[in-house]
Amino acid sequence: MYEPGQTVRIRALQPPGHVRTPHYLRGKTGVIERVLGPYENPEQRAYMLPAPEKPLYRVRFSMAEIWGDGAEHPEDTLDAEIYEHWIEAAHAA
Amino acid sequence: MPHDHHDHLSPSGHPYRSDNDAPLSYWQVMEIAVRELMIEKGEVTAAEVAAQIDAMDARNPSHGARVVARAWDEPEFRAALLADATNATREMGFDIGPMNLVAVENTQDVHNVIVCTLCSCYPRNLLGLPPDWYKTREYRSRTVKEPRKVLAEFGVELPDNVTCRVHDSTADMRYIVLPARPKGTDGWTQEALAELVTRDSMIGTGLAKQP
Repeated sequence: MYEPGQTVRIRALQPPGHVRTPHYLRGKTGVIERVLGPYENPEQRAYMLPAPEKPLYRVRFSMAEIWGDGAEHPEDTLDAEIYEHWIEAAHAA
Repeated sequence: MPHDHHDHLSPSGHPYRSDNDAPLSYWQVMEIAVRELMIEKGEVTAAEVAAQIDAMDARNPSHGARVVARAWDEPEFRAALLADATNATREMGFDIGPMNLVAVENTQDVHNVIVCTLCSCYPRNLLGLPPDWYKTREYRSRTVKEPRKVLAEFGVELPDNVTCRVHDSTADMRYIVLPARPKGTDGWTQEALAELVTRDSMIGTGLAKQP
């Protein structure tokens, strides 16, 4: 489990099938904005398979982290919902 | 060139839209077959299907506007909405079903905007069906990359000292923006306040109307 304020990295996985972690956030470092609770994993649910519940988080990224020098306004932020199995602990960037 | 006589223009000057004479797609046939089978087997009635379509069509941004107006007027409700929008809006009769709702507040320092890059997630219970542009690849891809340019095209110019927060609805949450309350509305009733709340102001691509 991760806590609000904790720095995390989104795992740069490339699994086939239905996933809800956008490509543009894979490998990026952000901060847990809030814990949303357990939700059925859509990677199974999409195929009507038994879907175990996974903790879901809102993770906040800076635009500078996502887009690098191409960021429109580096201090702006992007929040997205990410399941725990896509998250690993990281050090602040 | 309105009123030009031309085979492909209607009298209004707009091109005619072609008739939808194409054969049904695989999924359209599937939908009709499943619906007819379910009615035949007594699982649902045709009236129930029609009633559900009516219920979906009846949802519209005036629902969200009532939520926003109440949050502007009642500090306790505003706090409840920001803490747990799912239950705060459910108590007003706007059940979101199995999804959950997050309300994000615009202030002097922060402007929020909602997008769903993966598909078209949208708080339909509060805003009705999403506008076509919300589902376009252009809105979905550009809003996460250059939100300020997108907002400017909607007529919202963000000053440099305002932080733009983009919210990508990637999973089980739906989002609504609580726009900033316009100045000069002290003492207004919630009904009057709700008239200032536009659909776009609750997506974040607009601001509430000025009185």
